[in-house]
Amino acid sequence: IQAQFNVTVRDALNQAMDEELERDERVFLLGEEVAQYDGAYKVSRGLWKKYGDKRIIDTPISEMGFAGIAVGAAMAGLRPICEFMTFNFSMQAIDQVINSAAKTCYMSAGLQAVPIVFRGPNGASAGVAAQHSQCFAAWYAHCPGLKVVSPWNSEDAKGLLKSSIRDDNPVVFLENELLYGVPFEMSEEAQSKDFTIPIGKAKVERAGSHITLVSHSRYVGHCLDAAAVLAKEGIECEVINLRTIRPMDVESIEASVMKTNHLVTVEGGWPQFGVGAEICARIMEGSAFNYLDSPVTRVTGVDIPMPYAKILEDHSLPQIKDIIFSVKKTLNV
Amino acid sequence: MKTMLAIISNALCRMTGRNALLIGLSEYVTLTSPSPPASAQTQRQPPKPPPVSTRAAQLVSGQTTDQPVGPGARVVVSRSFADFTPQATFDIKKCDLHRLEEGPPLKAELTRDQGLQYYRTMQTVRRMELKADQLYKQKIIRGFCHLYDGQEACAAGIEASINPTDHLITAYRAHGYTYTRGVSIKEILAELTGRKGGVAKGKGGSMHMYAPHFYGGNGIVGAQVPLGAGIALACQYQGNNQLCVTLYGDGAANQGQLFESFNMAALWKLPCIFICENNKYGMGTSVERASASIDYYKRGDFIPGIRVDGMDVLCVREATKFAADHCRSGKGPIVMELQTYRYHGHSMSDPGVSYRTREEIQEVRTKSDPISMLKERMLSNNMASVEEFKEIDVDIRKQVEEAAQFATSDPEPPLEDLCNHIFYNNPPLEVRGTNPWSKLKSVS
Repeated sequence: IQAQFNVTVRDALNQAMDEELERDERVFLLGEEVAQYDGAYKVSRGLWKKYGDKRIIDTPISEMGFAGIAVGAAMAGLRPICEFMTFNFSMQAIDQVINSAAKTCYMSAGLQAVPIVFRGPNGASAGVAAQHSQCFAAWYAHCPGLKVVSPWNSEDAKGLLKSSIRDDNPVVFLENELLYGVPFEMSEEAQSKDFTIPIGKAKVERAGSHITLVSHSRYVGHCLDAAAVLAKEGIECEVINLRTIRPMDVESIEASVMKTNHLVTVEGGWPQFGVGAEICARIMEGSAFNYLDSPVTRVTGVDIPMPYAKILEDHSLPQIKDIIFSVKKTLNV
Repeated sequence: MKTMLAIISNALCRMTGRNALLIGLSEYVTLTSPSPPASAQTQRQPPKPPPVSTRAAQLVSGQTTDQPVGPGARVVVSRSFADFTPQATFDIKKCDLHRLEEGPPLKAELTRDQGLQYYRTMQTVRRMELKADQLYKQKIIRGFCHLYDGQEACAAGIEASINPTDHLITAYRAHGYTYTRGVSIKEILAELTGRKGGVAKGKGGSMHMYAPHFYGGNGIVGAQVPLGAGIALACQYQGNNQLCVTLYGDGAANQGQLFESFNMAALWKLPCIFICENNKYGMGTSVERASASIDYYKRGDFIPGIRVDGMDVLCVREATKFAADHCRSGKGPIVMELQTYRYHGHSMSDPGVSYRTREEIQEVRTKSDPISMLKERMLSNNMASVEEFKEIDVDIRKQVEEAAQFATSDPEPPLEDLCNHIFYNNPPLEVRGTNPWSKLKSVS
């Protein structure tokens, strides 16, 4: 009998950081409010008390500065976790992420490594309006030299964050604020201090035969909910949780499409030049194209800055009914 | 009197079997007369040389990794070493101070060996940069090429005052520092010409050269400053008593991220020496047109600052020593402004005369050239001969020529290398080429 524990995503992230801080003294966390405040979203709760000022560092509101400091520290032999309070603020520091972190190993022909993790909440929250709701998956995933990870549940969060910290390369780790408080079952295996999930491998969360749904982060949950509703109508969806945006596990998507012949991508980000757009292009270029019985459908956020009023916000993001509608259209039922 | 000293000194050499260089004037004065002269400038023993790694030792001897390490500067002179003054003290310009009670000393001691070493370093950088100019005009070097000639005293002076285990990071005018931090002329020029023998295997180019404890070479103006503060954080974290020298220009001095770095460095007392190489022009914009305050040594506000004559290698050395002591004693960061000058334009695509006059450039060349100044000092204090300097020049020219030969004949990197080194310590991965059928391989 496998013991199942209910662990929130927040606690899973906390466990991951705690275990990695304990395992390797070069690991440290810096960002706004990460230490004495226990984290703006309480993700780093208890860490400062346990590890102290040296390893859990509160920074001033200076994203470009502290992101650069984190990258420099990584170049000089440490393994920083750089928290952005939300990824919206990472735009202030994006030059350090791309030009100083991502490109350096290549420019130096492998002489200079940058073992750093940039993490924080990404995408829409609730009622925080346009400047605080952008999804950066497509922006960061565009760039060679970065790994971009987007966990959904607690196991994802813990296993992928541990892998990201152990990776010798720059990793952008996109969390979701609305998921922090959500409890998920965690297997006993996932309780182990050595539990990691490999970066670059997607997971089939639900097997199905009629259509493939591919998603990342919060919308994996939406896809599973839509699949449950559709199952009652006899439509069996295969739901794939990407887990990693870059490098994308296209093979898993292709294998599924070759079985189901239909594909719908679901994401919270904007449609143009997004994650779904990339999946469409890759499917067209690969072996699965000939197995498609209809074009790939993308379900995305609405192509607008995020509005504030609840009714408008609700209609700016994919809802379960949008996924169900798109599945039926794709299947022509 | 001088001939007498020479005779005595030669005799002492034979008696003691020692190189007279190592006998301070006071020592054989004591041996030959009961009372030493009261005001001889050269009373003290030459200072014990600081511990150096093999790489720095190569710099001291002026050798590169290509050649077997020899006994020192290969100089053939007809006069014995005893004819030369082994050490002299020079007056150096007083530094302007900001939030400091005391500053660097007003006098600097220079031994003959040190002088020849600094001369060799600066002249090597000078000739290397001029060779790069030549290769660029022949279109063998492409893209960006920001030359350092005129500013050699900064790189040489800084390196003379820090340890090889300290860290250094600079912006894109980086060839001089790449050399002083231990990369051979050959590997620098071959990187500029984009060959596989370049220090970054041809992948980086002029602005992206790296070495142990040298973090480039950074193309984005000002981005290197937070990086440098981060390297200093790592030094503090690891408790290794090392520091980081973080360089930027007068143009970068107005970047916001500098002030973010100053704040955090001061807050956390990071062992970081922030150095502004003020060469009076940020590309085509003079300092007066770019900055509300051109007192760059004061821009750290709450961070103490020193303004230094960046054309005098001894001034730079003493100031950096002072700054290093400040950092290592746990006092936190310090800002230095080196007043210097570049002979070339901003880059090879800038003639450099549309925003400044040829007269101004010429005046600096004749009155303040760092290499000439050091040479004059040593000659007028009888620390070396004209022939010796000529020998060094000839040797450097030869080395630079050989390096250029290599840089023009070495093959370009193989196409198989195109996608390599995207990641570090990573399993091989497939990379999309220009079209869907082009599947390229990347190893780390």
